[in-house]
Amino acid sequence: MSQELRTNGIVQDEPLLWEKGRKGRDGYSMPLRDVEKASIDESLLGDGPDFPDLSEVDVVRHYTRLSQWNFGVDTGMYPLGSCTMKYNPKINEKLSSYIGLTRSHPLLPAHLSQGTLRLLYELESYLCEITGMDAVSLQPAAGAHGELAGMLIFHAYHKSKGKKRNKILIPDTAHGTNPASASLCGFQAVVVKSSEKGILSHETVAELMDEDTAGIMVTNPNTLGLFEKNIRKIADIVHEKGGLVYADGANMNAVMGIVQMGKIGVDVMHLNLHKTFSTPHGGGGPGAGPVCVKKELEKFLPVPRIRKVKDAYALVENIPESIGKLHTFYGNFSVLVRAYCYILSMGPEGLKAVSQHAVLNANYIKEKLKDHFHIPYDRPCMHECVFTDKFQEKHHVSTLDIAKRMIDYGIHPPTIYFPLVVHGAMMIEPPETESKEEIDRLIAVLKIIAKEAEDNPEIVRNAPQFARMRRLDEVTAARKPVLIG
Amino acid sequence: MRYLPHTLDEVAEMLSVVGLKHLEDLFKPIPASLRSKKGLAIPGPLTEWELEERIAEIADIMASTEKMKIFLGAGSYRHYIPESVRYLLSRSEFSTSYTPYQPEISQGTLQAIFEYQTLVSRLLGMDMANASIYDGATSLSEAVLMAIRITRKRKVAVSRLIHPNYRRVLETYLTPAGYDIVELPYLETGRTDISSLNDFEDIAAVAVQSPNFMGMIEDLKMVREKTKDRNTLLICAFSEPLAYGLLKPPGAFGADIACGEGQSFGISQSFGGPALGMFAFKKDYVRNAPGRLVGQTTDLDGNRGYVLTLATREQHIRREKATSNICTNQGLCALASAMYMASIGGTGIKELARLNYDKAAYLKEGLRKKGLKLKFDGPTFNEFVVEYPKGAYQNLMKKGMVIGLPLEPFYPELAGQYLVCVTETIKKEDMDNLIKEM
Repeated sequence: MSQELRTNGIVQDEPLLWEKGRKGRDGYSMPLRDVEKASIDESLLGDGPDFPDLSEVDVVRHYTRLSQWNFGVDTGMYPLGSCTMKYNPKINEKLSSYIGLTRSHPLLPAHLSQGTLRLLYELESYLCEITGMDAVSLQPAAGAHGELAGMLIFHAYHKSKGKKRNKILIPDTAHGTNPASASLCGFQAVVVKSSEKGILSHETVAELMDEDTAGIMVTNPNTLGLFEKNIRKIADIVHEKGGLVYADGANMNAVMGIVQMGKIGVDVMHLNLHKTFSTPHGGGGPGAGPVCVKKELEKFLPVPRIRKVKDAYALVENIPESIGKLHTFYGNFSVLVRAYCYILSMGPEGLKAVSQHAVLNANYIKEKLKDHFHIPYDRPCMHECVFTDKFQEKHHVSTLDIAKRMIDYGIHPPTIYFPLVVHGAMMIEPPETESKEEIDRLIAVLKIIAKEAEDNPEIVRNAPQFARMRRLDEVTAARKPVLIG
Repeated sequence: MRYLPHTLDEVAEMLSVVGLKHLEDLFKPIPASLRSKKGLAIPGPLTEWELEERIAEIADIMASTEKMKIFLGAGSYRHYIPESVRYLLSRSEFSTSYTPYQPEISQGTLQAIFEYQTLVSRLLGMDMANASIYDGATSLSEAVLMAIRITRKRKVAVSRLIHPNYRRVLETYLTPAGYDIVELPYLETGRTDISSLNDFEDIAAVAVQSPNFMGMIEDLKMVREKTKDRNTLLICAFSEPLAYGLLKPPGAFGADIACGEGQSFGISQSFGGPALGMFAFKKDYVRNAPGRLVGQTTDLDGNRGYVLTLATREQHIRREKATSNICTNQGLCALASAMYMASIGGTGIKELARLNYDKAAYLKEGLRKKGLKLKFDGPTFNEFVVEYPKGAYQNLMKKGMVIGLPLEPFYPELAGQYLVCVTETIKKEDMDNLIKEM
């Protein structure tokens, strides 16, 4: 491997927390005791949790070392498909940690919370405009939580029409969260096969849609990176049978300022603020998954809603047809602050440029790599493109091997083996925040790996070699689970 | 724009590679009739400096603890957060990574979550814990759904003294699928009337919270006995995990699932979120558990390492038959709480929990001596219910004090009663001032 592509660094070993420390150390500045001990019923007392005692330095070194074993967006390119691993602006971290915000108690009377309520109210209005929808609830804490909110709204809508519906249409390219969210509401998922062009055909939808079907969940652009261009016809068919159209907004980064989902037949959608709106993924959250609806569904949104009366903001609880509450309080507030900051930093033209550059990057990569990796649907794509390992199979090199080899070159692997309809899928999403050099580097690395697969497949199959660990035994981990130490 | 690196020349060059002239051409796959005709009507762009001013203005009109003395808890607690926790959490290797699907380059997150699972299990006295749920309310909802899966019964009994918002979220989660929730009332003592369980049959689980919403410590031993011979699981909820630094944890009473809010441990209140759904259970139930799990294993060289495991329970594999739809959870909040637990240590958590208990007891006793009525008689942790004189709540707010949470909106029968919280962040003089005002 060539010198400039090699990764290197000072990486130290570090035991588990409880394998270090000494009883009697402390890493916390204990507040002064200014009251006497009160009496207590001894029978209530426990032994206290068996935590190690560590000094502040022990703790700082521990987590600093652990952090160095991790790959983040700030480390390098992270083209993980459908996850939109864009740069997370640093100013948003600072602003969301202002004391006035971080120390605000959620149950203070509204007149003491005008700042947070104003911010949420304004963010709702921006998201309405970006999606072309009429009303938003910021309560869902993640994408799947937003989907659940959407499915609950479907359920409530049909109930209000006096008829329970049992089924829901979900394309074969959908994220697994779609069927899982729908089934929580008692809907049985009916799989819609996508056409040979990789998108939904309205004829197929027409065959499946009936009056026992609540509606359809569509990811648009879909997980093959293709725009569902029949969406309006599909929406007409679904609406004709009394159903609703849900859009999974996970891939919204492709179409900001280009398409308003509310104007093309969508009734309900969610956004992933931790994807499109630049809030950090945090190694698995917290995210935020606002749910957006058309006017006639507004009454079903989760409570409380935020209302502005004259110049004051208030929380409104009493909305009889609401699906209810979804979060202990109002959602992942400080994530919402970051998204608010991002939208204001970008402005209308900036958000449109985001989508333009993201789509440009994906098409550029597709063009540059199409002779080296098989493309199952060779059409202009949106913000992500899907390749497979078909050309490499004859050398007994798989998608997994290619992904692991990318690690050796300091690039995070793409999403692999998804969508399920593509055998050996590699889904590459190069967000707009990646420079042309980084993108060219990704292309160069993938070309080298394609060559290695022919000339030296062993090196690809044995990857990674330069990561902290070699491949891990996931089978034993699942067969004999060790979940605590 | 500083987040968009492409220059005009680069854009032109890349466009020519894909055979296009203009950026607009990239969207030709979208029928023209579906594309927006006009630009977005949103404000901006703001410079970094304008943005700072705007957020400062918003933050400044909030009632922070800098300006007011706030005796509010009720599921969102102000505790001191060590600066080292805040600092470590800002390391972007943690904050800017995704769910650790590629274990070879995610060992930092994976080991940290494995440690979190372990510390939470030890805290709650349970066999194992998952990598997190969104918050206390959704954690309870997932616990109840898990109990329904395990017992194959469709009805659950829920104490009226579980946080009212947790119960409302539970109702949202359970109603569409047709599951029944029955409510267990409470006694004069401020504890759940567990004898009312006799009125119901075929109960999948009994859910109680301890300390409960009124701050009272429940008799979990008795609750466990009542559920024993019924194939009914015991779910112990909580909103204040610090209590288990002092009190016996749910596991000591044989809880099947312990679920609740972990915000107290190193996570700021931030208007209620992000928070942390802690979720722990008996090991026999692991394959029915919701959410991510990190497990220990070895790599090809035999070195110890960690991976996401038991994924066949999850939505990306099992789809509509998954144990939960959860995907993104509260990873960074779980990490914050692990850092907090590591910092405070086994010795420190006992001391801090005791300090919370003693401070709350001081105020409770002070108010009692002033002649105020305490609604419930019995042990509490750092919250309690008191009846304030008429007008006191409003009057003291004008003097910069929020002296508790009015309970009437949550419990109409408790008009005039307030839930008061005292943590280590409340000084004796603040309590003395409050007592003096009565």
